[in-house]
Amino acid sequence: MKAESNLEKLLEKGEFVVTGECGPPQSADPEVIRKKIDLLKGSVDAANITDNQTAIARLCSMAAGVIMLGEGLEPIMQMTCRDRNRLAIQSDILGAASLGIKNLLCLTGDHQTFGNHPGSKNVFDLDSIQLIQLVKVMRDEKKFQCGDDMDVEPRIFIGAAANPFGDPFEFRVARLAKKIAAGVDFIQTQGVYDIERFEKWMDGVCERGLDKKVHILGGVIPFKSLGAAKYIKFRVPGMSVPDEIIERMKKASDAKKEGVQIAIETVEALKEMKGVHGVHIMAIEWEEKVPEIAEGAGLLPRPGVA
Amino acid sequence: MIVTEEKPLEEIMSFLSGHKKILIAGCDGCDQPPRGLREAKSLALLIEMASKLKGEEVETTYTTVIKQCDDKIAHSTLSPVMEGVDAVVSLSCGIGVQVLSDVLEDAPVFPGQNTMFMGSEEREMGTVSERCAACGNCILDQTAGICPIARCSKSLLNGPCGGSQDGKCEVDKELDCAWQLIHDRLKALGRLDQMDEIMPINDWSTSTHGGTRRTPKEMMFMDRPRRD
Repeated sequence: MKAESNLEKLLEKGEFVVTGECGPPQSADPEVIRKKIDLLKGSVDAANITDNQTAIARLCSMAAGVIMLGEGLEPIMQMTCRDRNRLAIQSDILGAASLGIKNLLCLTGDHQTFGNHPGSKNVFDLDSIQLIQLVKVMRDEKKFQCGDDMDVEPRIFIGAAANPFGDPFEFRVARLAKKIAAGVDFIQTQGVYDIERFEKWMDGVCERGLDKKVHILGGVIPFKSLGAAKYIKFRVPGMSVPDEIIERMKKASDAKKEGVQIAIETVEALKEMKGVHGVHIMAIEWEEKVPEIAEGAGLLPRPGVA
Repeated sequence: MIVTEEKPLEEIMSFLSGHKKILIAGCDGCDQPPRGLREAKSLALLIEMASKLKGEEVETTYTTVIKQCDDKIAHSTLSPVMEGVDAVVSLSCGIGVQVLSDVLEDAPVFPGQNTMFMGSEEREMGTVSERCAACGNCILDQTAGICPIARCSKSLLNGPCGGSQDGKCEVDKELDCAWQLIHDRLKALGRLDQMDEIMPINDWSTSTHGGTRRTPKEMMFMDRPRRD
């Protein structure tokens, strides 16, 4: 075991895992996080905490992670390369590990022009692949990036994202392979709507035997409305939403119900797919639907670890 | 080329408040678009007109320098025309402004332009676009001659992020994704396997992060033995 997180234990046991997502507030109010945690608890094995998601300044993912630990849910702390250089990254990793955080998701991060501080200076001292390498060296070699030794290493289960819907498509499997070579343990993918393209990507992944080297969790984002579906299709870079899904949302008498139904069907499709070891349900500001989706897809009760 | 843009006249006028005799110094060096004698003359006229509208009496004069970044040339060109001048507006890049500040002791030197980037023309698009970030550690050998540090919005070194779609960058749909360009070029060269190699964590100390960069002058002009 690398970190002995619940997530790692369940994946090693071969369970089909469920992770959720929880975005901290743009305020110092811990109750917002506690409420979201309460909605997710029991339906997921662990939950991501976003790191200044979409480049909007929020309560930090480490603090929110500690709040989550206190509530009895396992956090997956997200860390982007946009806001920190290697000094800050390493010190945050040590700090997070010392506070009991065992899962880290290594991300490049959305560009700051998307957020509420477009005039800020970005960092990108590292990219996500180099961040994975850095965490692995800290954990497995007890070394800082500069080569200095440390006494107590951060025991971190290393995660990263993959987007099978980004371009160039033919590089997307190769990029996953690079993340694996860098030392990633688990992958959460971008939200899947285009099952066909996702399957094509997974075929490429399995063909190269990469599914044996990493745990892949398929991303699921339920639509709240037709407007949300169109927004994701047309406005969010690197997303693929087939026209039939938009049509379904358009025709539905109850759009919310249809959105949940599409999510359930997606989870079911992912469950059957070779090489997929779990789902990552991102019900952003709609956390109360996660139990319904998990239940609907036959994923409850969650197994828990002995 | 060093790409520059003119500052708005209003901003330039705000620097010049209270000054009576203003010299506009063009530069015939490498900055683009050209800001030589003609541009210096037209800015001088604009400043005079704007001053008149404000009810201020201002005298202007103008000239141009072959290379404002060369302190000897700048000094020998401008010293003879500094009589009575109490403010200078430089139409050079930021380097020229600083060299003039060094060599002209008696008058303040103000920037007439914003220095934007080092780039080249994209003729089809009708734009001039950044090409080099002067990071001091060229990796163009590994990236098919396309620089991800200057041209990827996140300066990524290991391939496109998830926001690359239809060849465009997530930041701006008009902007090419540098890593898509690198990918396509490597593919055309039959060297796509180069994309599989992990580029290690970069040493940014040669970039703008290691203190003011400098190099011994003799290194720049040293005769190097020719390779035959």
